[in-house]
Amino acid sequence: MLLRTKLFGKNYEFADIRVLMGKANEEKSGDRLAGLAADTTVERAAAKIVLGHVPLITLRQNPAVAYDQDEVTRVIDDGIDSAVYEQIKGWTVGELREFILDDRNDGERLLKISPGLTAEMIAAVTKIMSNMDLVTAARKIRVIRHCVNTIGEEGTLAGRLQPNHPTDSPEGIRASIYEGLSYGVGDAVIGINPADDSYSSVARLLDMSYEVIQAHKIPTQNCVLAHITTQMRCLEKGSPVGLMFQSISGSQKGNEAFGISVGLLDEAYALAKKNCYPLGPNFMYFETGQGSALSAEAHNGWDQLTLEARNYGLAKRYDPFMVNTVVGFIGPEYLYDTNQIHRAGLEDHFMGKMSGISMGCDVCYTNHAKTDQNASENLAVLLTAAGCNFFMGVPMADDSMLAYQSTSFHDIATLRATFRLHPAPEFAEWLESFGITNQSRFTSRAGDATIFLNRTSK
Amino acid sequence: MSDDHIDELIEAVLRQLKAEGLVASSSNLRSQADNSQTAGSHTHTNISADLVIDSDDPTTSMQRIIPGLENAADQDALVMLMETTTARIGVGRAGYRPKTKTLQLFQSDFAISQDALYREVDPVLLQKFDLFQVETMITEGKEQYLLRPDLGRKLSSEAMALIKSRCVKRANIQICVGDGLSATAIEVNIPKIMPVLISGCQSVGLSLGTPFFIHHCRVGVMNDIGDILEPDVVILLIGERPGLGRAESMSAYMAFQPRSGDTDADREVICNIFDNGGTNPLEAGAYAVQLAQTMMKNRGSGVKMRLSKDSER
Ligand code: B12
Repeated sequence: MLLRTKLFGKNYEFADIRVLMGKANEEKSGDRLAGLAADTTVERAAAKIVLGHVPLITLRQNPAVAYDQDEVTRVIDDGIDSAVYEQIKGWTVGELREFILDDRNDGERLLKISPGLTAEMIAAVTKIMSNMDLVTAARKIRVIRHCVNTIGEEGTLAGRLQPNHPTDSPEGIRASIYEGLSYGVGDAVIGINPADDSYSSVARLLDMSYEVIQAHKIPTQNCVLAHITTQMRCLEKGSPVGLMFQSISGSQKGNEAFGISVGLLDEAYALAKKNCYPLGPNFMYFETGQGSALSAEAHNGWDQLTLEARNYGLAKRYDPFMVNTVVGFIGPEYLYDTNQIHRAGLEDHFMGKMSGISMGCDVCYTNHAKTDQNASENLAVLLTAAGCNFFMGVPMADDSMLAYQSTSFHDIATLRATFRLHPAPEFAEWLESFGITNQSRFTSRAGDATIFLNRTSK
Repeated sequence: MSDDHIDELIEAVLRQLKAEGLVASSSNLRSQADNSQTAGSHTHTNISADLVIDSDDPTTSMQRIIPGLENAADQDALVMLMETTTARIGVGRAGYRPKTKTLQLFQSDFAISQDALYREVDPVLLQKFDLFQVETMITEGKEQYLLRPDLGRKLSSEAMALIKSRCVKRANIQICVGDGLSATAIEVNIPKIMPVLISGCQSVGLSLGTPFFIHHCRVGVMNDIGDILEPDVVILLIGERPGLGRAESMSAYMAFQPRSGDTDADREVICNIFDNGGTNPLEAGAYAVQLAQTMMKNRGSGVKMRLSKDSER
């Protein structure tokens, strides 16, 4: 295999697809940490040029981890629709980019070729797309899913209510839930990250959140983002589970460090279909994020963008209600500053949509990264323009348990107002009937958590 | 514009704001309007010359518990809801956006979190608890620590030698302290948790290894410690990443007989250890001893252990 270009009179040659894929990425501290980043910006430009000429078939033949060594590769490769693949395997990555951007090809058309693409192909085309390419391409694709309510419809923007508490106090979490609901947030899910992963504590939070949903007849689903084995135990013992959650990684080895496998996820999925209380048919929720495989030293020498694309390839198997990248969550070792976080957020969102999954984003950062809340607000605006399915709603964006800053209840309300978007339709109706909105506008009850305390007044 | 006209205008705006629930009482705005009127009458003097701004510190705990929302359906209940959590609720809104005070408190807290990041653990504390210090493979300070987690997971060769020469081997419990991402977390919690851990282990007959402090530490360093000292359980007390205006949160990561190659699936964690709102360090210490006993009984730890137990039954 020869992978070479001349640029400004100089030769740039890349040893193999792995090296090429690493060097074609925009600058990321994580790729530098892994020793995969381009040495110079010109080398990066050269790598993008060469990658643009690579045919899709070559990418299928060179997965990040070999087929016989990795179950994530097997899930993705076995899932390929061969009729579609046969039609496109001769395209180059550059041609794929132009097909995606062609204004005659709408979202439906893109979703028709999606089943013929491996994660490595989606990653490759993402590497050669600019930020605005990623916005406009993702904007075309709508992925609509249903659990208790409907997520992803044109003209909607949903919010995950994230009411975390440092000691999992049910009262404290309930208070944040009330606050979030009063801002019209919670249609994607009421999703609690537990500080304590024990069965009894997780079961208690499932009961409490379900009670709130029942008491106020809220058309939404609950979830406690414990380890999936804990949730399975809860489900087996009869706890009310709306969505089953797990963090996933782009390689088998990465998933092993998370204490999961495809077999375990299959089992959880079967159990969810049988025992989760909503109508469905979509019962799963996954979180991802560039750097998680490298953090577990499970990246097999590949770049974090490609590993991230493989997350979506794996997620697809379970037809999830929602998936989001937690884009600045881990820290500066993977995404150093505002530029890198923004780029990764746009990449991940596009790759998720291109993989055909209901994609949202936790637009966030930690206090040790070189960025701030203004930058986060910018990315939320960009992703709303890109048609993101949902964001996180955290009280004033400050998650005091997970120790990072995300987006706030106010942010979701503002984005909806600014872009003229609505909550999930069933939830929007509930907001009207509960008097939080009137003809889609906030009433004086909006932003007041105490309206949930007196169940007879309304 | 005549004075009457201005008054009328203000009244109208206030009526509107009140109807939308955005202001609770008109008294504040009125007095400001009065002031500006008097000031406005000295047409040629600098109207700002007499201005005195002497703002209260918004970061005191008294200030923080004042709700931003002033016209809740049940104002007393709002305060009670706020008391149940460290989350920033009850804040109210300016249209769809946060109120000015809430936004500025957020920005102030963010500023102080940035300052906290580069602190080091006070050596006096280490002396007091007889913790000798070792280094990981980080040699170029905090910036390198932040960017190279791989080096923070490995002990330097000097560290290995020092640990070998100074520590008791094969104890039941090996306690280690690491700065992690917050020196403050270590400083505020170690004085409280250490005595509980030590007396707790002694009271249930668990032998203790020689504790030490690891500078520029990541969780993964537990494997090296296990390789060298071969205790039954390693307890690593480590500073969590600092949250918004909060740097005192510590975790206890624990593993049964950790060895190189082990992952987070072999470990467990007790997190959010801090006074006033988190798991208090005294309770966390007692719980850690209990968890160590469970690990020794099961001869394993982490999800991996739980999964293999499940498949056995
Ligand atoms: C960052 C983080 C992550 C990152 C870790 C990657 C990284 N390089 O940092 C990612 C996103 C991958 C992650 C994943 C998960 N996490 Co986490 N995580 C955190 C968080 C927010 C900060 C940790 C921190 O400050 N570490 C300190 C620094 C110095 O450590 P470090 O060496 O740089 O990083 C290591 C640790 O962070 C560790 N780690 C992170 N999470 C977990 C969870 C468990 C159970 C273990 C043993 C280790 C572990 O992994 C890193 C690499 O070794 C804490 C919340 C908190 N307040 O502490 C939750 C937290 C520790 N995680 C938690 C959970 C439940 C998980 C998941 C099981 C979620 C899921 N359902 O899949 C997964 C899988 C964990 C696993 N077994 O590998 C819970 C643990 C509850 C409990 N008592 O068991 C916490 C307390 C809160 C939460 N709900 O997220 N997590």
